[in-house]
Amino acid sequence: MGLEAKLNQDSFITTTIDAIAAWARKNSVWPMPMGISCCAIEMMAVGDPKYDIARFGSEVMRFTPRQCDLMIVAGTVTYKMAHVVKKIYDQMPEPKWVIAMGACTSSGGMYRSYNVVQGIDQFLPVDVYLAGCPPRPDNLLNALIMIQDKIGKTKVREFQDQPLTEYPVHNKN
Amino acid sequence: MEIKELLTSKLKENLPGIQFTTVEYRGEISLILNKKDIVKFCRFLKEDSDLAFNFCEDVTAIDWARRNQRYTVVYHIFSMKNKFRLRLKCDVEEDDCNIDSISSVWKTADWEERETYDMYGIHFNNHPDLRRMFMPEEFEFYPLRKDFPLMGIPGSLPLPKK
Repeated sequence: MGLEAKLNQDSFITTTIDAIAAWARKNSVWPMPMGISCCAIEMMAVGDPKYDIARFGSEVMRFTPRQCDLMIVAGTVTYKMAHVVKKIYDQMPEPKWVIAMGACTSSGGMYRSYNVVQGIDQFLPVDVYLAGCPPRPDNLLNALIMIQDKIGKTKVREFQDQPLTEYPVHNKN
Repeated sequence: MEIKELLTSKLKENLPGIQFTTVEYRGEISLILNKKDIVKFCRFLKEDSDLAFNFCEDVTAIDWARRNQRYTVVYHIFSMKNKFRLRLKCDVEEDDCNIDSISSVWKTADWEERETYDMYGIHFNNHPDLRRMFMPEEFEFYPLRKDFPLMGIPGSLPLPKK
């Protein structure tokens, strides 16, 4: 089955570093589940056997930003929470991507009010905006596929000269 | 004896110096009193064994957006013994925007008063820890006041840099 069936003798393939790196990256996107409100319920549903995000290699939801390369911001971001979201984003290693899941995250949604950030693109570089209130799980999968397409087109060199992120260190004293 | 009559007679008997008006609307009783009497009044309501208002459900305020007696602080208290709910109201002036804290009577009033302070800017005297509840510490405005715009004051809540 699959590739093994073809490898009945010693064989080799030729490819480019860019192609193999992009292929590896896009099929093992580890999400940071930044679940802030009701969209997080739909984000959890994506992990269950019915929708099964594992089919796309993204079942490894890491609750530490240091091991993630995709941040799914799922929920209403208030001004107070914005600093927390940004702090967690800053701790993710490069290269990294962001999905703004749902109406609140993309534009403030129904919370047209003084306390809700009217779109997280005011402080984060968003790659995919996801419509819905909340979006259905298959819609989130669609966003993931779009992220995969985007990652598939990247070149390794694009991330080479980026300065290392200064990780904020919390000093208790 | 009906709880409403018991309440009136008990208050008249035990707190003779305190003036209050009773308003009844659809079976709900509100007592309107002077803000200087609030702690004494609440302590009696709680500690009297017949009335036994042992639960402070809510503390909130109303901004009437007028020059005199701009705010009204509202307390909802409940007696589990009598299954009876009572509302207390105190007017607060804009120039003298404070009222005594009742957190020494009901401990739950601590956070409820903090919330009222956060949203209306009414200071609660002798409160153990009067900090903001929802808004950031350095925020200068009070969102539920009528003169606060719905979309807030631009630049008053800082965002992280992109």
